[in-house]
Amino acid sequence: MTGLGEFGGTGATGTTTLTGDSAGQVGLPTEPTVLHVRSEQDLLAIRHAVRDATLTVGFSIVDQTRVVTAASELARNAYIHGGGGTIRIEYPTRPGAVGLRLTVDDSGPGIADIDAALTDGYTTGAGLGHGLGGAQRLMDEFEIRTREGGGTTVTATRWADR
Amino acid sequence: MNARPTAGVPILRLGDVLLTGLLNELDDATVVAFTEELTTRITADRARGVLIDISRLEIIDSFVARTLMELTTMARLLGARVIVAGMRPPVAMTLAELGLRLAGVETALNTEHGMAALGWHQSPRPSGEVPDDGTW
Repeated sequence: MTGLGEFGGTGATGTTTLTGDSAGQVGLPTEPTVLHVRSEQDLLAIRHAVRDATLTVGFSIVDQTRVVTAASELARNAYIHGGGGTIRIEYPTRPGAVGLRLTVDDSGPGIADIDAALTDGYTTGAGLGHGLGGAQRLMDEFEIRTREGGGTTVTATRWADR
Repeated sequence: MNARPTAGVPILRLGDVLLTGLLNELDDATVVAFTEELTTRITADRARGVLIDISRLEIIDSFVARTLMELTTMARLLGARVIVAGMRPPVAMTLAELGLRLAGVETALNTEHGMAALGWHQSPRPSGEVPDDGTW
């Protein structure tokens, strides 16, 4: 993916010591942003924050749309099915690429059958059943950890070449 | 919530067509209120067509997609044809990747095309005037 033109101005030099997942690249926030998912207003605030984060990374307009949409799906899942939770926004780096990582934590009942939950059309609620599987397709990396009776954590990352 | 929530979205009547649009900052409650308001207006104004401009929506997630599909179904049951117009190209790409086909929802490239499909035709422009770009 492209779209890093603007960011290249500050990040193109001085990044020779990229090490795996370390944040702290020139121009990228080193501290994660953590937002609550407790109300519909929070869903709006999350969309704004993630949109801003995609601009910080320098995603193309299509990737911005993908990531904000995925964030909206994941946050809504946590709000509706997980009884609320938090979303963490981070800026991972790897050689030749910067990324945006969303970690959505909820304290709901957990997901009994993850494979089924990722299948299009599967729903236990009022949605279309495309939320989780759809969010997975919109992101490059996607991981679900669920603990029976103890909540669910979804980690989703989208990378941008630089 | 107010006693009687309104979406705060203008719904204009042009003959037997209702013209409206969704803003990017809609929260879920507003979307639901909008749906109720629009269906009420379809009945009250005896509308035969509804044009919903979505050119300001920066994302459409499965909740908004479901709302558009339900709204289209409700309007059809009330005898009105709905056209959703002006989807941004990145939104269309993302929706397709999400697997959301907006089944049953009629779409148009922009409001002008959508209104034409609903039977509205552009009248001759005074010479020298810049053509409207179809957004509102």
